[in-house]
Amino acid sequence: MILTIARREFSSMFLSPLAWVILAVIQAILGYMFLAQIENFYIIQPQLAHLQNTPGVTDIIIAPIFSLAAIILLMIMPLVTMRTLAEEKKNRTINLLFSAPISITQLVLGKFTGLLFFITILTGMLMLMPLSLLLGTALDLGKLLAIFIAMLLLLGSFAAIGLYLSSLTDNQTIAAVSTFGALLMLWIIDWVGDSLGDSQSVINYLSLLKHHQALVEGVINTTDVAYYLLIITLFLGLTIRQLDGDRLQH
Amino acid sequence: MDTPTDTRNDHSRQHTTLVAVENLSRRYGDALAVDNVSFELRKGEVLGFLGPNGAGKSTTMQMICGSLAPSAGQITINGFDLLDKPIEAKMNIGYLPENPPVYRELTVDEYLTYCARLHRIERSKISAALQQAREHCGLGEVRQRLIGNLSKGYQQRVGIAQAIIHQPPVVILDEPTVGLDPIQIREIRELIKTLGEDRSVILSTHILPEVQATCDRVQIIKRGQLVYNGSTEELGRQGQGNRLQAAFANPPEASLLAQLPGCVSVDNVDGQRVTLSFESADFARTLVETSVHNGWQLYELIPQNSSLEDIFVELTTSDSAATRQGEAA
Repeated sequence: MILTIARREFSSMFLSPLAWVILAVIQAILGYMFLAQIENFYIIQPQLAHLQNTPGVTDIIIAPIFSLAAIILLMIMPLVTMRTLAEEKKNRTINLLFSAPISITQLVLGKFTGLLFFITILTGMLMLMPLSLLLGTALDLGKLLAIFIAMLLLLGSFAAIGLYLSSLTDNQTIAAVSTFGALLMLWIIDWVGDSLGDSQSVINYLSLLKHHQALVEGVINTTDVAYYLLIITLFLGLTIRQLDGDRLQH
Repeated sequence: MDTPTDTRNDHSRQHTTLVAVENLSRRYGDALAVDNVSFELRKGEVLGFLGPNGAGKSTTMQMICGSLAPSAGQITINGFDLLDKPIEAKMNIGYLPENPPVYRELTVDEYLTYCARLHRIERSKISAALQQAREHCGLGEVRQRLIGNLSKGYQQRVGIAQAIIHQPPVVILDEPTVGLDPIQIREIRELIKTLGEDRSVILSTHILPEVQATCDRVQIIKRGQLVYNGSTEELGRQGQGNRLQAAFANPPEASLLAQLPGCVSVDNVDGQRVTLSFESADFARTLVETSVHNGWQLYELIPQNSSLEDIFVELTTSDSAATRQGEAA
């Protein structure tokens, strides 16, 4: 059942041009960044050769790209998630799902799994760029794997937050704007913590950015992974609650 | 996944009551949309749900289908309580909401395949189920077209196909003929009749001839309360009136007519026509004989059946909300 809904969600993304455009735009921007970064690497390479313990290609070229990718996707993921539930509500097709023999949990997990398919494809395509460097040089594949996991977790939590905000309204624009606001807030929330000079505060822990940075640098920390899984579980739980509540009071 | 299907068959053999609704209520804020409604639907019955706009028809149907939760009351479908066993209960229902829940970006076949999967039809049986649903609803020609490009009538048919694709014992159709042309309406009515042969149908409408044409039993709902529950024939019989319209070329005084034995009241329609209500069985004969005798020159005599429409208007506008319980069909 979950897979049926997931497949439907995934294919409906690609039935509209939106998914294709999103993939193309991200790929173009990051491709450009990638080339610029390689150019940069050529310039500083002679200096690096004289130093000891220098950062490798993976650190210099790839990590910055995925830090940038995270920021771009923060702006773009709301556009992917906005239609998931808001559109079904608007077109009243949600009634089909409510009256079908599936539970709300299956419905929400199905929607989320569909988004995960899309995220995996998106991240996979981005990973192709660094992997192309394998033709000419050796890469730290462990770090690449860490980056891959980092992106999946980050985008997964974006998707869960977006799914929840999409369940609150039947207006896609409102869903997109509020998702964007929520993500940005979680992104910059640690600025306050920084200025307070307390790097261990709860506010710092809440920041999406902090956890992402550590993972992109290749450090897979239980704290960071747990943070993302908590965010995902929390927002999926809220979505289920919200949809259940919809049946109680329209 | 298989177990509920098996028990469903057992249950349908045991229970002849497919849908049982007990003391169902639903509030929207302070407004009481459905007020303590109870009824049953038996196997092979087509039940018409009548009522003016905003009477609570759609709300009741949505609650039976599980897309709205009731504020109070119990719904049992084919022996499964909708709250305790929602999955099993919903497997026994096909539902067409007021707006057909179709995805405009899918073709008819893609959409029906998705619905078949949602209703847990086995993979190997999906194409047969599709075939049957298409035939039932006359969708063969448009199977490869995008639903968004189809006319309203065809979209409605796709909605009905979706409701019957898993061959549920109970089919619930919320205003299935809205927006269709007369030929399509006739086809849909035929389809509903066919459905009623081997399964139960609940049909909501505010079109009265539709009820007469398709339903075995009628329930009239008004401001959330059931005000009438009885067979369609019963409703028709109530309408056979004790009223006559008579026209005279040489009309007598109204008082003379009122003095006729058995006459209850006389209303002037125009100079020559009067409407008479009466209570004795042979009033018409008396009237004709008296007319001939007195030279009133009676030239027109029409029995007046108050139509279903009159009864409907009477029931839904009168202030007394006492339920008139007709003989259950």
